[in-house]
Amino acid sequence: MARMSAARREAITFFLCIAPWLVGVFVFVLGPTLASFASSFTRWDLLSPPRFVGLRNYERMLEDPLFWQSLRVTALYTLLYVPTELAGGLALAVLMNQRVPGIALFRTIFYLPSVISGVAFVVVWMWIFHPEAGLLNAALALVGVNGPRWLTDPRTALVALWMMSLWGLGRTAVIFLAGLKGIPKELHEAAVIDGAGVWSVFRHVTVPLLTPTIFFNLVLSLIATFQTFTSAFVATNGGPLDSTLFYVLYLYRQAFERFSMGYAAALAWVLFVIIMALTLLVVRSAERWVYYEGARR
Amino acid sequence: MSAHATPATRALALMVLVLSAGLFLVPLLWMLSSSLKPDYAIFAVPPQLIPIPPRWENYPEALTFVPFGRYTLNTLLISAVTITGHLLSCTVIAYAFARLRAPGRDTLFLVLLATMMLPYPVTMVPLYMLFLSLGWINTILPLSVPAFFGSPLYIFLMRQFFLTLPLDLEDAARIDGANTLQLIGRVLVPLALPALATVAILTFQTSWNDFLAPLIYLQKPDTYTITLGLQFFRTSYTTSWAYLMAASLVTMLPIVVVFLLAQRLFIDGIALSGLKG
Repeated sequence: MARMSAARREAITFFLCIAPWLVGVFVFVLGPTLASFASSFTRWDLLSPPRFVGLRNYERMLEDPLFWQSLRVTALYTLLYVPTELAGGLALAVLMNQRVPGIALFRTIFYLPSVISGVAFVVVWMWIFHPEAGLLNAALALVGVNGPRWLTDPRTALVALWMMSLWGLGRTAVIFLAGLKGIPKELHEAAVIDGAGVWSVFRHVTVPLLTPTIFFNLVLSLIATFQTFTSAFVATNGGPLDSTLFYVLYLYRQAFERFSMGYAAALAWVLFVIIMALTLLVVRSAERWVYYEGARR
Repeated sequence: MSAHATPATRALALMVLVLSAGLFLVPLLWMLSSSLKPDYAIFAVPPQLIPIPPRWENYPEALTFVPFGRYTLNTLLISAVTITGHLLSCTVIAYAFARLRAPGRDTLFLVLLATMMLPYPVTMVPLYMLFLSLGWINTILPLSVPAFFGSPLYIFLMRQFFLTLPLDLEDAARIDGANTLQLIGRVLVPLALPALATVAILTFQTSWNDFLAPLIYLQKPDTYTITLGLQFFRTSYTTSWAYLMAASLVTMLPIVVVFLLAQRLFIDGIALSGLKG
């Protein structure tokens, strides 16, 4: 065998090392993605082989009131949740960044709910939202307010899911906290020496320097919120009156309860396109509001 | 800001911290209190905050009502195999992306980042078909085998970590004639223990809490994971709220204990994976 150059040998080692990932991408990501695209043009119930139906699944969506309802619920929830998650997460991060005794304990407490996520997380809140014996309505009764039926009232169910999800704010806050720690202290000190107040420093120094982190959290939050599933499945199962019929919940039902695999694949692809479009929109807007310190030099 | 805080603003900050920490803890405390109530007390108006006397029997009763031990074992097995898979695969793959030069490397790395954006529902149906045709439904395989092929988030996280390590040690090992796997195993792994621990803990958290994938792949009750068990426990018509709270608290316990033991690592790990984007 001819002697290989060092560069060539290094390249071969590289591809051997990443081979598992390459195989995985084809088998678990690219393959299924293409298969999902192909099956979105078929009618397929798992029992008989898929039958090509052209654009029928996509046309069906246009006439499917539940598709529109799930899209509306998801969009409304995203509009409600994402901004509050970012603002709340940032506020919490500022709190976590205070130099007071016992701050490590406070950070732990704020972060704790986000490790719980999943069914148990939802179950706690179902009990808090219980109309008669729940903690929330008991607290409201103390101030003379007759609390709503929360999860079983179509007017409040989505709001209840929103309040519940905010309990997991710690995760976003921790990423903001790391961003806050990355801001050079001299900038704050300079602003303070110039006579700027606390709010003014926050608004004109901290926030602009934090825009890369805000951008990162915004993209993550958009993608995740559009795929909300567990809370709706466990707490309300889409009800009452489809008021919490999230998009992925509807997709799950089509696939694994109605066995309309073709229609479910089409729904998944529409979701994919929506998420990609929203992400691109945010990325495109970034150059106007995201400030990279490195770019200035 | 805080560097210049006066005692007054510091006291204010402490007050806000205590109040908000209270808000974050109340759901857990309320859960604990409810889990110790007898059935007649659970619907008492106004709610009784501290159950006297506490009814400890709720715990054994709730946990024997459905086989939570079995569910816990199933979940631990899935978590252990998944953690092993991620540690083995992501370390080697991340090393290659961090240290080795090859044509197309940067493009492939962009592909890796792009796969993080792909919504799970897109591949959900074909993956189900794939695992169905392999006969893997009702086994732990669909939930654990993919871990051996790497996970983009953890590859990314470990690559970022490797990039911060000095090259000298690797060069020395190379001169001593170590091959790539020996180099990773003997030189990098000992240095990368914090990053490896972060990957292990995050993987544990994810597979412990995972709901949608087990819901799809595990249909026989004796294969259920703990989240599935809790969900079906919840929907059974005999369930009482006190039992449900007891069972949920027990479900949370391992994840909370692991978090408390490794919280520094945990919070730093999230920040590491999050920030260097």
